[in-house]
Amino acid sequence: MSAEHKKPRYMLVWGGLAVLTAIEVGTAFMVRSALSGFGLSEQTMTMLIVLILIGLALWKALLVALYFMHLKWETRALKWLAAAPLLPATVMVVVVLMEYV
Amino acid sequence: MATHGAQAARFEQTSFAVGDKKLGMWVFLASEVMFFTGLIGSYIILRWGASSSWPAPGEVLNVPITAGNTFLLICSSVAMVKAFASIEEGNQKGLKLWLLATIVMGASFVGVQAYEYTELVHHGFTPASGLYGSTFYAMTGFHGFHVTMGVLCMIWVLGKALRGHYTQENHQGVEVIGLYWHFVDLVWIILFTIVYLI
Repeated sequence: MSAEHKKPRYMLVWGGLAVLTAIEVGTAFMVRSALSGFGLSEQTMTMLIVLILIGLALWKALLVALYFMHLKWETRALKWLAAAPLLPATVMVVVVLMEYV
Repeated sequence: MATHGAQAARFEQTSFAVGDKKLGMWVFLASEVMFFTGLIGSYIILRWGASSSWPAPGEVLNVPITAGNTFLLICSSVAMVKAFASIEEGNQKGLKLWLLATIVMGASFVGVQAYEYTELVHHGFTPASGLYGSTFYAMTGFHGFHVTMGVLCMIWVLGKALRGHYTQENHQGVEVIGLYWHFVDLVWIILFTIVYLI
């Protein structure tokens, strides 16, 4: 099964996840004041912060899926199986968001 | 198991080339993605459709405690992956110790969540506190239920490990509970961001 792949560097992934979590919390609470001098509107600022936070969360989720769940070393078929629900999930979220954005 | 070699050969003939339990878990996790997407979709509708404004991050919820709890769950995922790596090398002691560490951290996560709930309810924030309260308790509650189930299943797996059930060649049970556990961690990463930080 997965015995032949070289051992993933779990502690490196762990460090990455910890750092990204810290950056997320920092973004949520400090970016607003840090960018206050740039003259962005309140709405643009909120949108920017939301996009950064979602991006960081997806990055972390991908790290967990690829390294901890070993998807990186799985067969192409299993990768497709794992990715399959992402299409309907994305469609659902995008359709719902389009109602309001 | 004597049939293990024959089973492995059979798996290679299927297009997925993985064990039946593992394939079953991935199919289950695919359905779980849709379950949580349903919750997140409802959240988007209720939040953006809400007439009143939503509290700012940290206004009602305790972000530092939950950030710590998030870190704890990430650490438990590392412990789980170490348990799996141990049995892949035939290290029985490592398997048991890392499984125990995962269980302790998982149970602590639920404990901190329970503490958070009691504090919030004490301050008058309940599932009946408007859309914010309903969505918060629905999303974190369903996730907490998943963590609790994971901890119970891992206790069962640890019981089997203590009886020497898993070997270097046959440890699909450890891999399957690991997949579930990492998925629960992955969902929390998303939920923490959208419920606590946005």
